[in-house]
Amino acid sequence: MPEVLLRGAKVFTQGWRISAIFIALAVLTPVMVILWSLFSPEPEIWDHLSQHVLSDLLINTFWLVLGTATGTLILGVSLAWLTAVCEFPGRKIFSWALFLPLAVPAYVTAFVVVGIFDFTGPIQTLARDLGLDIAFPEVRSRGGVIAVMILAFYPYVYLIARNAFMTQGKRALEAAQSLGYSSTQGFFKVALPMARPWIVGGLMLVIMETLADFGTVSVFNYDTFTTGIYKAWFSLFSLSAASQLASILIILVFVIIIVEQQARARMRYTAVGKSSGSQERIVLKGGKAVAASLFAGAVLLVAFIIPLIQLLFWASEVVVQDFDRRYFEFLWHSLLLAALASVVVVSAAIILAVANRYYVDFTTRSLVKISTLGYALPGPVLAVGAYIPIAWFDGHLQDALNYFGIDSGLVLQGTLFTMLVALVVRFLAVGFSPIDGNLQRITSSVDEAARSLGTSGITLVREIHIPILRSGLFTAMTLVFVDVMKEMPITLMTRPFGWDTLAVRVFEMTSEGEWERAALPAVSIIIAGLIPIIMMNRHAER
Amino acid sequence: MQNDNYMLELNAISQRYGDTTVVRDMSLQLARGNIGCLLGPSGCGKTTALRCIAGFEQLQSGEILLAGNIIAGKNKHVPAEKRQIGMVFQDYALFPHLTAMQNIEFGLRNYTSAERKSRVAEMLELVNLESFAQLYPHELSGGQQQRVALVRALAPRPKLLLLDEPFSNLDVSLRERLCLDVRSILKQENTTAIMVTHDQNEAFMIADYIGVMNHGLIQQWDTAYNLYHKPVNHFIADFIGEGVFLPGKVLNEHCVEIELGVIEGEFDAHIDSGAEVDVLLRPDDIIHDDDSPLQATISDKAFRGAQILYTLRLPSGAEMLSLVPSHHNHDIGEPIGICLATDHIIAFRKES
Repeated sequence: MPEVLLRGAKVFTQGWRISAIFIALAVLTPVMVILWSLFSPEPEIWDHLSQHVLSDLLINTFWLVLGTATGTLILGVSLAWLTAVCEFPGRKIFSWALFLPLAVPAYVTAFVVVGIFDFTGPIQTLARDLGLDIAFPEVRSRGGVIAVMILAFYPYVYLIARNAFMTQGKRALEAAQSLGYSSTQGFFKVALPMARPWIVGGLMLVIMETLADFGTVSVFNYDTFTTGIYKAWFSLFSLSAASQLASILIILVFVIIIVEQQARARMRYTAVGKSSGSQERIVLKGGKAVAASLFAGAVLLVAFIIPLIQLLFWASEVVVQDFDRRYFEFLWHSLLLAALASVVVVSAAIILAVANRYYVDFTTRSLVKISTLGYALPGPVLAVGAYIPIAWFDGHLQDALNYFGIDSGLVLQGTLFTMLVALVVRFLAVGFSPIDGNLQRITSSVDEAARSLGTSGITLVREIHIPILRSGLFTAMTLVFVDVMKEMPITLMTRPFGWDTLAVRVFEMTSEGEWERAALPAVSIIIAGLIPIIMMNRHAER
Repeated sequence: MQNDNYMLELNAISQRYGDTTVVRDMSLQLARGNIGCLLGPSGCGKTTALRCIAGFEQLQSGEILLAGNIIAGKNKHVPAEKRQIGMVFQDYALFPHLTAMQNIEFGLRNYTSAERKSRVAEMLELVNLESFAQLYPHELSGGQQQRVALVRALAPRPKLLLLDEPFSNLDVSLRERLCLDVRSILKQENTTAIMVTHDQNEAFMIADYIGVMNHGLIQQWDTAYNLYHKPVNHFIADFIGEGVFLPGKVLNEHCVEIELGVIEGEFDAHIDSGAEVDVLLRPDDIIHDDDSPLQATISDKAFRGAQILYTLRLPSGAEMLSLVPSHHNHDIGEPIGICLATDHIIAFRKES
């Protein structure tokens, strides 16, 4: 009997692996299309790009990445240390409230900041009303865009560094103290170097987000590769120029991926010792405590509370005229797209996770790695990379059908298909990790225990696997859903004509400088974005 | 008494969190070069006491003296890094980004580089880890990590070494050997040390003096021999070693009557004649003798190699333990002859 069962299982699992290959191919295709254009440059376009565009884009990108990385490093690590290891007034609230900026897409923070500091914004207006003649620095500058990105992206470093400090911070510090180091020395000599792989991992996520950002730099008119790709495609109507630019961006991204993967590998090795849950905190006193509260409070105020208040204020000004049928159309499109994408992502993620569980070999591991690469690929790159092959296929299909006298028109273009493919590739990793994490908890001894108690086959899946997976599936669904709602460039570049979502509406209103009218869809996106943060917080408290 | 001879003195230290008192009026003295141990069930306050000595906890009352100097007390708190007290953590807390050698070097920053080199070499040799110096903690086995943690703490020649359940993460088979190793290393370095554990075998193997703790109190601070043979109260007698209590009645200063007859022996408790008492009988107090008129029925047996531990039932239903050489193999339910071999009596007033 067991042999029959095993053979059955083999056929069954081979199917998982074949499906995994298809998923990996779907992810690889856009990447390959883009890379192919790198190896087959069109001299004319290349000359034009390298003479007029490329150096500006590289310099802009360099400063943006350097500034954002430095800023998020300082802000993220210091806040993580304060809330993970120290005790000061408000520490409990700050430790979760400092995640809140994650709910606000960077492009929203961007237009709020520009709106506030603009010539017609509240601050300059107030200064003029008071008769003050202050020369305000131009907010749409390199410094401005870096500041916004720091405020939007520091939670990535904060989140990961905080986890590292929570598990090892205080204990490591005590070890250093027992060897004669003060707590300040201990922080720099031990706690910080120990957390380095985590901090590097968080920083790489920040850099990926910075390279992938499209909305923020658009608001600031700060040209980077993502806006370059967009303009090449939609202003110059040169898809090949767009894919040339995308190919350079993808190389930058690969460098970051490699660094990140190495950091992750080191995290696994350095996870020595266990977290001691009820450890005492370093109690800050007097001035230090006040300074800590003020610092954390100021970050929260600038990164979340002020933008939210300003948004609500703007939204309230336009709600009467804008809360109409068109708004519900944007909302419906956003929800529909998010629901479709999350169902597809979760299905694909289950296939990958199951294949990953049954096959612990190099091929499967590579397939899974490739399939989850998409999280690092900027939206505009994926948009171009998904559009080109689909348009090619569509064109040939049309020719073929015409040959038989059928006038089909374009089959796939103009539908949601391109957009869905690009979105699924982009967010597959987001859905994969919670499901895979849950599935890893079902060790083979869990299966064996269930079998020894007389449960097998479909009953085992129903009574053991699905209940264990349920929370992971739910998390994956929610995260992908919210990420798709916030997503801007893929939706903008590959949507069927006139098929606008909330994020597209924000883009269109901000590109006309109508901050008030961008506020209502932005608030809707933030409300959706708060859901995973609340979930994460509840999870952390457990 | 002048306290220069003592490396560590605790004078009535107490520590409480909210409403719960974790350590209560705890006092002890430990002479230079001695190894002490705080032994007790989990939650008895032993780790908190250790952390107070280390300086990770601010002392709430009482005082702590190290080599005659107050390091913690009223309005006085020498920070942990200034105390020259080394610590071996339960999870070792090795620095994962440093090699074994760099971990050991870590506390030697005030040494010249030549001194540092020789001290590290000495330490590595002490624990036979010379060939593992360049490995990172995750590349070492549990036992090796433990030894690195030990010499990392010893390297700066601390005045006092604290060990927080240092063997609890190791295999049982490894524990015993490492216990003896650690004791010989500490003695070789003439280190004064305090270990915390819940395992009495570890405590017996390592410590010169053991303090048995319960509910934040040190119940008895004594040698292993005395804890076993002269427990001061019911808790100690119960916690240390094996044994059962049988009800008895005091006849005079030397005699107590129990179900098995009258036993004679030294017995220093101030208990009046006629009082009802509980008498402790260790498994080695009861000897198997086929010819003895005293009979008991075997109700359970545990084979222990050289010996068998029998659980015996008396006619009254009371049970007791007897350690019998292994070749006296009897079946459960069989009656066997026994006799008493007590040279002193451990009896406590009956607990109401």
